[in-house]
Amino acid sequence: MRLNAENVQRAKELISLYPVPRSALIPILHVAQEQNGWLTPEAISHVAELLDLTPAEVYGTASFYDMFFTEPVGRHLVSICTNIACLLNGGYELLDHAERKLGIKAGTTTEDGEFTLEEVECLALCGAAPCLTVNWRFFGPVTRERFDKLVGYLRDGELAHQVPPHGTLCRVRRSVGLPATESEGEA
Amino acid sequence: MPLTDAKPIVTRRVAIPDSWTLKSYLENGGYVGLRKALTMEPEAITQEVLTSNLLGRGGAGFEAGKKWSMLRKAQPVYLVVNGDESEPATFKDHMLLETDPHQIIEGVLICAYAVGAAQAFIYVRGEFALGLERMTEALNEAYGHGAVGRNIFGSGFSVDVVIHPGAGAYICGEETALIESLEGKRGFPRIKPPFFPAAIGLYGAPTVVNNVETMSNLPWIVENGGAAFAALGIGRSTGTRIFSLSGHVNRPGNYEVEMAKVTFRDLIEDAQLGGGIRNGNQLKAFIPGGVSAPWFSPDQVDMALDQDAVGKAGSMLGSGSVVVMDETTCAVRAVWRITRFFHRESCGQCTPCREGSGWLEKIMRRIEQGAGRDEDLELLLDVCDNIAPGLGWPPQQTTICVLGPSIPSSIKSGVNMFRDEFLTHVKEGACPYG
Amino acid sequence: MADTASQTETVTINVDGKPMPAKPGEMVIAAAERGGVYIPRFCYHPRLRPVGMCRMCLVEVKGPRGFALAPACFIPVADGQEVITASDKVKKAQDGVLEFLLVNHPLDCPVCDKGGECPLQDQTLAYGPGETRFVEEKRHWAKPIALSDLVSLDRERCIQCDRCTRFADEVAGDPLIEFKGRGDHIEVATFPDQPFASYFSGNTVQICPVGALLSKPYRFKARPWDLEQVESTCTMCSVGCRIAVQSSGPELTRYIGLDSDPVNHGWLCDKGRYSYSYVNSPERLSRPLVRKNDELVEASWGEALEAAARGLEGARSVHGAASLAVLGGARLANEDAYVWAKLAKGVLGTDNVDAQLGDGLPADVVLGLPRATIDDACSAPAVILLAPDLKEELPVLYLRLRAAALEAGVPFVELTPRRTGMSRHCKASLTYRPGEAAALARALVEGSPTEVAGVPAGSIAAAAELLRVEGAVVVLGRPSLAEPAESVTAAAAILAAGLPGCRFLPALRRANVMGALDMGLAPGVLPGRVALDAGREWFAEAWGGVPEGRGLDATGILAATAEGRIQGLVLLGADPLSDHPDRHLARAALSAAGFVVAVDTFLTASSGQADVVLPAAAFAERPGTTTNLEGRITRLGQKIVPPGVAWPDWMIAAELAFHLEADLGVESIEDIWSEVERLAPSHRGISPSLLADRRHRDGVVAPLAADVPSDLAPPPEAATASGAGATTAAVPAGVDPMSTPGVDAVETQGLPATDVAQAGTAPSGGIDPGVEGDEAAEAAQAPLSTPPPTLAWPADQAQPPLPPLDGYSLRLVTGRTLYDSGTLAQRTPALAPLAPAPTLRANPYDLERLGRGQGGQVRVRSNRGTFLAEAVPDNGVPRGSVWLPFDSGAGEVSAGEVIEAGVPVTDLRVETP
Ligand SMILES: Cc1cc2nc3c(=O)[nH]c(=O)nc-3n(C[C@H](O)[C@H](O)[C@H](O)COP(=O)(O)O)c2cc1C
Ligand code: SF4
Ligand code: FES
Repeated sequence: MRLNAENVQRAKELISLYPVPRSALIPILHVAQEQNGWLTPEAISHVAELLDLTPAEVYGTASFYDMFFTEPVGRHLVSICTNIACLLNGGYELLDHAERKLGIKAGTTTEDGEFTLEEVECLALCGAAPCLTVNWRFFGPVTRERFDKLVGYLRDGELAHQVPPHGTLCRVRRSVGLPATESEGEA
Repeated sequence: MPLTDAKPIVTRRVAIPDSWTLKSYLENGGYVGLRKALTMEPEAITQEVLTSNLLGRGGAGFEAGKKWSMLRKAQPVYLVVNGDESEPATFKDHMLLETDPHQIIEGVLICAYAVGAAQAFIYVRGEFALGLERMTEALNEAYGHGAVGRNIFGSGFSVDVVIHPGAGAYICGEETALIESLEGKRGFPRIKPPFFPAAIGLYGAPTVVNNVETMSNLPWIVENGGAAFAALGIGRSTGTRIFSLSGHVNRPGNYEVEMAKVTFRDLIEDAQLGGGIRNGNQLKAFIPGGVSAPWFSPDQVDMALDQDAVGKAGSMLGSGSVVVMDETTCAVRAVWRITRFFHRESCGQCTPCREGSGWLEKIMRRIEQGAGRDEDLELLLDVCDNIAPGLGWPPQQTTICVLGPSIPSSIKSGVNMFRDEFLTHVKEGACPYG
Repeated sequence: MADTASQTETVTINVDGKPMPAKPGEMVIAAAERGGVYIPRFCYHPRLRPVGMCRMCLVEVKGPRGFALAPACFIPVADGQEVITASDKVKKAQDGVLEFLLVNHPLDCPVCDKGGECPLQDQTLAYGPGETRFVEEKRHWAKPIALSDLVSLDRERCIQCDRCTRFADEVAGDPLIEFKGRGDHIEVATFPDQPFASYFSGNTVQICPVGALLSKPYRFKARPWDLEQVESTCTMCSVGCRIAVQSSGPELTRYIGLDSDPVNHGWLCDKGRYSYSYVNSPERLSRPLVRKNDELVEASWGEALEAAARGLEGARSVHGAASLAVLGGARLANEDAYVWAKLAKGVLGTDNVDAQLGDGLPADVVLGLPRATIDDACSAPAVILLAPDLKEELPVLYLRLRAAALEAGVPFVELTPRRTGMSRHCKASLTYRPGEAAALARALVEGSPTEVAGVPAGSIAAAAELLRVEGAVVVLGRPSLAEPAESVTAAAAILAAGLPGCRFLPALRRANVMGALDMGLAPGVLPGRVALDAGREWFAEAWGGVPEGRGLDATGILAATAEGRIQGLVLLGADPLSDHPDRHLARAALSAAGFVVAVDTFLTASSGQADVVLPAAAFAERPGTTTNLEGRITRLGQKIVPPGVAWPDWMIAAELAFHLEADLGVESIEDIWSEVERLAPSHRGISPSLLADRRHRDGVVAPLAADVPSDLAPPPEAATASGAGATTAAVPAGVDPMSTPGVDAVETQGLPATDVAQAGTAPSGGIDPGVEGDEAAEAAQAPLSTPPPTLAWPADQAQPPLPPLDGYSLRLVTGRTLYDSGTLAQRTPALAPLAPAPTLRANPYDLERLGRGQGGQVRVRSNRGTFLAEAVPDNGVPRGSVWLPFDSGAGEVSAGEVIEAGVPVTDLRVETP
């Protein structure tokens, strides 16, 4: 899926914020991931067009960063920290529990495409270890019981207001200081 | 604030309801520093910051004012704010971004005015979704309030601020990698020299890179004067600083204390701070400044939170994160996990770091799982020596940036402080802590 | 360019206590190497931006805080700088890096193409630790994956040095391969389903310091230790890239790009790099053929030469010398071209001689132009492109000019009928209506208030601004073969007159076209850039006669042949049926021709119709010299012997002469070259010994510049230090020892007798070439009158009038693509499949009007008939124009099928079928 008209407009706004267009690459890739949940080949090619880069350049750059996925991901990306502070407070035990609870190994996705589980490095919430994020929204400290509850809420969509679908990073849009972008609006 | 009568500076609003809104910020003295700054000469502001001797809070602990005065004389100048906080066990910037975004923006504007920045970029760690939302909201409000953009508060000074999201790579916290990333590239650190940001930074222009907490101190310093800040703390370690306390303590969290006047013991044990080690256990070891720093043993716990003292003792305050490990901790496992972190986060440019990090993790993994060999301890140290020759402190390096030479910190600490424990793993082929 | 600076100032650095001269701005690693201290390295390449990533070159450099380890490839030299490369500390660091590199390396050297010439292997043996301390499982990747049709990648061997990826981005401008992933998961990768389709992909294989990148055509072909190599010059186009020709046994196995500072900087295009296999082709002609009752049957040399001689004699005796013609010769070596010119003009007595096939520029224009070199263009205050798509036709010239535009900031102004590979690097790219180049040129020099040739006045003014300089360089060729040469020469004349001190770099594609013209293989000229009349007396003396009047050019020759005025036609490695812009004319000529002799390496569409076919030696099968588009003369090396009884072209001419009762008086390449040096005014002083001098490894440009060292005394320091005039002792500016394995071991060919013995052994025809040519020998001794003047810039040319463009037609634009259906490309298995399918390209706007916005089949009507073609929308083709490929083999979707020789523009009706 290429970027839709609205997101092309967002991309143009982002480009206008920087002295050099390529600086907008990562922000635009977040927009692309918000639209499709992951970076589709079509989206990567489209972003390359918008920035006058080759798809290989965009693909290579994106692949450096852990938050970008070039394969489909579950609607809920559950990222459990096992780094030092969490390690000392049961991070691995939580990860084991999560694997059993979701019935998948870290790095994989549930059949129904609801959950992708991953083990991650320090999430900077060490004061609430062990901690995790769901689509980059923070939870901690997380006991087994609270994890099970969390999974239930997510399944039933009770946390929708707090946890948007995977890919949506920042729900607040910059609304200021944007040069009036001449919208030769093409899709 | 406990122990000393110094009042908190950068965290003074965090407990206030809706502290992140412009309304709350203005009700609590917000943008006063900026208004004052705009009436001063830019050089005068730099002078105040020099007087304050504010040390960078990102890890290197370099004097902020000095950094600004070292800028290559050329236009344009850019300001890049480092909010990529990824050093394990560090979680202060995360809090500041979510709870007091306006304070950061105000600090950024003061700095931008002082150094005459053409544009300012706040690089926020990608995973901080809420932080990004709060920062963006705050930026929108600040524009509306006339604090950002054209002709700020009618002063004639204009500057645009951009909130830039990262995308998940620890190395992008390193200032030159951060710049590469901000240019839309892979986060490969640049070689210094010649690529010191102050000389050749963003788009090749002279660039100031400062940490989020460093910026957050500026409104207070401008408002109260550099001398007032320097009056706090001792020697070069002036002012107050946030310490991220984690691990086996009863009250983990961020604590802003006066520098050099508080000791690690205070931080760990004081009832209003760490509240002591969990279950009354004994202290086994602690890391004074993030996992890049060599470890300290219990007999060093009375050392003051003083940048130079800690440096002399062979480690660093680094990013101000203190990790407490009690007697139940398996040192081998802890060292393995930290090594694994560096392996996963090495950018991959330099052969010694790219290949060495993986090799060291594999050896640590073997030992941890009971498949270690007697010669492995010496092998560990020699491989480390090929990344950080001499294994001294501060480390020498065969690599481009200091991520590489940070790998040996915990390995060397572990092997030297807990050699027997390592050997037990090798001999018994198992972990004594189960 | 860096070199010129170095002549002026140098600093002194101190390496291991030894003072060494260094050029400001260069890196320690380069200065040390020139000073004789080789610092090991992997990622550093002298022609790429340093990245300091592999860390192999760590040395101790003294800084404010004493000595510290630093990458020698990233530390610029400074006066008095102290460097230690030999301490224990350095040794341990370097050993450490090597050990780290081997941690995940498969060590499968025995089955690796690079084994035996691998820097990683060599350095491991030289510096490496003995046994491995790595007992864990290595990183695994699926074994070789295809990056493109020519290059595959073994990721397990890759050491992440970033050389290939930097080359693709910085040098080739095709960033289609990139680092993917992070840390020890980094791999070189393309975007899925988008191959590394770069014309320059082979260079990445050559500069790969390990066996990660592999040439598909070379895989498992040979082992380095049984390769022999000789220095030579690529003859797939006229850029003249220097190469090491490598052979294993009787076969050519590989070309390696050598670093010639004035020419190719070590790079080759893939067409040149992989062309070696046509030489090995089983389809090569190895025996003479004679037509007997309409069959070409094998014959002895004696028989075939006799038949050829009688056929040509017959024609001449009936219709006179003017009924003979010699077509082609631009693929020959200089020596061949000279001897053939001597045979044609001196013995056969005809001036109907043309090395170009209607796709070039008039000889007297090319030879008379004030000339520029590639370096001149790369350092010019402004460059004008009035040429075909250089990326397609002269690829490495494109690389040099691209770099000049991007790195040196040279402003480029392009005059073109369609978008080219250089367009995006030009400050101004002016797209003119086909046929109106001259009008645009005039507007550029004289200014114009209104739009001209379809170019807005504003763009013209902006471009003209860039040209307000002294000494601009014009790259001059045929922007489109659908426009006759006259419209280009008219434009050139206007520029020459209107731009002060401007000089020209001819962009004529065929390998030795410049040499052929220099040697007189064109109507109205004689060897040494001399006009026929001006040189008549001088050459009559030496040759015993030259034709009275100016002869016909290729188009004239074909027309005359078609009309029966020419009876005897010699094709000198020429295939007019596929190379002449007017295929109808070529077909008519060949079917009407009375008697045709073809000298060739393959049976082509044209030579297949000949009455006598004489097999010629091909590239690397004979020594000699060639001349590139700058007029630079370099030596061709011989590495293998010709197939069967094939001879070098010069010898065929010499033997044919005997059968015509004449003696050309040449017995060896050296004889010939001495005669050229003696007779050709433009080649005075360019003696065999001069060319053999190592300081002239890069060749010499004719005419010889006053300051070119010709004595054989050891070169002065400056020459040693700079890339130009490099010697074996010093390392030339850009040479990367790692990508030219053993190149200092390359035997450089003088022109010793042994070569001739090999390539020109007394032919089996039984005639002994050793017979002394007495008259010629005397002529050689005889005192000669003063040499004639060389050609000067001809008078202003009028451009042919254009018919009005009607609203329904599209005006034709055409050109070649790098991979075409040319004889040699098609005989090269690796390249043949790369030729694009012939399609018609037009602006989306025009196709939209046909309801073919997304492309599709269309019918094309011209005066020459009608055919169907696949149309493709292409924004690079301006509205109102239409592009057809020029050389698409026998296919009818070809410009050659619709172009009428001499007609100023070709208008086509494109309709829906
Ligand atoms: C591997 C590595 C990671 C780093 N991560 C961070 C970080 O997450 N945040 C930060 O502010 N500084 C980080 N730094 C330090 C920065 O390079 C830089 O010194 C700092 O941002 C300067 O700001 P300051 O002077 O205000 O501390 C890191 C350095 C290294 C070598
Ligand atoms: S030391 Fe490691 S992280 Fe730093 S640049 Fe080198 S490879 Fe990258
Ligand atoms: S780091 Fe200098 S050659 Fe690779």
